[in-house]
Amino acid sequence: MTQGMSLIVKTITRLVTSFITLFGIYIVLYGHVSPGGGFAGGVILSAGMILLLLAFGREQTMKIISHSALVIWDSAGALAFLTVAVVGYLAGDFFINFLSTGEPYRLASAGTIPLSNMAIGAKVGAGLFGVFLALAIFRPGRHQEEE
Amino acid sequence: MDPFMLLLLALLAFMIIGSLIAAETEDLLSSVVCVGAIGAGLAIIDLFLGAPDLAITQVVVEILCVAILIRVVLNRKDETHRTHKDTFAVGSVLLFLGVLLVLGGWAMTTLHPFGEPLLAGDQPGVAQQYLTNGLQDTGAANYVMAVLLDYRAYDTLGEATVIFVSIIGAYVILRQRGKLRHDTGNESDS
Repeated sequence: MTQGMSLIVKTITRLVTSFITLFGIYIVLYGHVSPGGGFAGGVILSAGMILLLLAFGREQTMKIISHSALVIWDSAGALAFLTVAVVGYLAGDFFINFLSTGEPYRLASAGTIPLSNMAIGAKVGAGLFGVFLALAIFRPGRHQEEE
Repeated sequence: MDPFMLLLLALLAFMIIGSLIAAETEDLLSSVVCVGAIGAGLAIIDLFLGAPDLAITQVVVEILCVAILIRVVLNRKDETHRTHKDTFAVGSVLLFLGVLLVLGGWAMTTLHPFGEPLLAGDQPGVAQQYLTNGLQDTGAANYVMAVLLDYRAYDTLGEATVIFVSIIGAYVILRQRGKLRHDTGNESDS
């Protein structure tokens, strides 16, 4: 495997990527308690994956997550956000906060807000990384062999 | 003048200079780097104005945008050509720019002063309503999320739809499969 960048970049990436992903998940999950939220956390998640793609090349990254899986995550996030809205409609009104608000400053509080944050995080992260991966794998003037 | 305002004005001048360089430079890569610098300036302004949510989002989105733009720009030459500048065109652009500046400056005098939002005036407006009732209504300690995903969740749904559609548009433009090929007639579609 000669693809990707030098050994130094690969080693640093191997060390750092898991922490970036963890930080992204933290930003998504604690969006209703501390600054952050689904959008910012999703972008951080996709930035970690982009670092992986830049350092290791596209074949290695496609072993972890393929482009079609990213499309599924993207659509599933959008559908989940819409589901939160529609279930709220069944419970009374569109986007109503139908779960109990719970105790403030705890992780399990604020009703549907963490659910919406998770949906938006999955949607934004998978979508933005999918665009970057599409730029990397869909070359003009050449057939696309791997899927 | 207030030193805080001076700091903000300095950052604003930095952003304006950066955008002028980004628009005028010949090299596409330098232009992309200047766009990144503008985003960093905007994130610092957000932090000083007390909007950490916005600053986090601005920083990460700017990093991602610069990475994608560098990926796009890296193997590409600037294919624009200098066009001959017409005196009439330049003159009319300058004239209308002057009219716009005068009218805009006149309109600025009627606006609320900077740092005193219209909704938080002496009348208890909707912003005060959110601050008072936000914690009991939604249970979210972060009021930005309380507004984004509870009070104004329908707006956020529209926003998410915009991102979804733009990502699908990017896939459609970048795809290889299913494109009509005009150059070869006998090749079968895979």
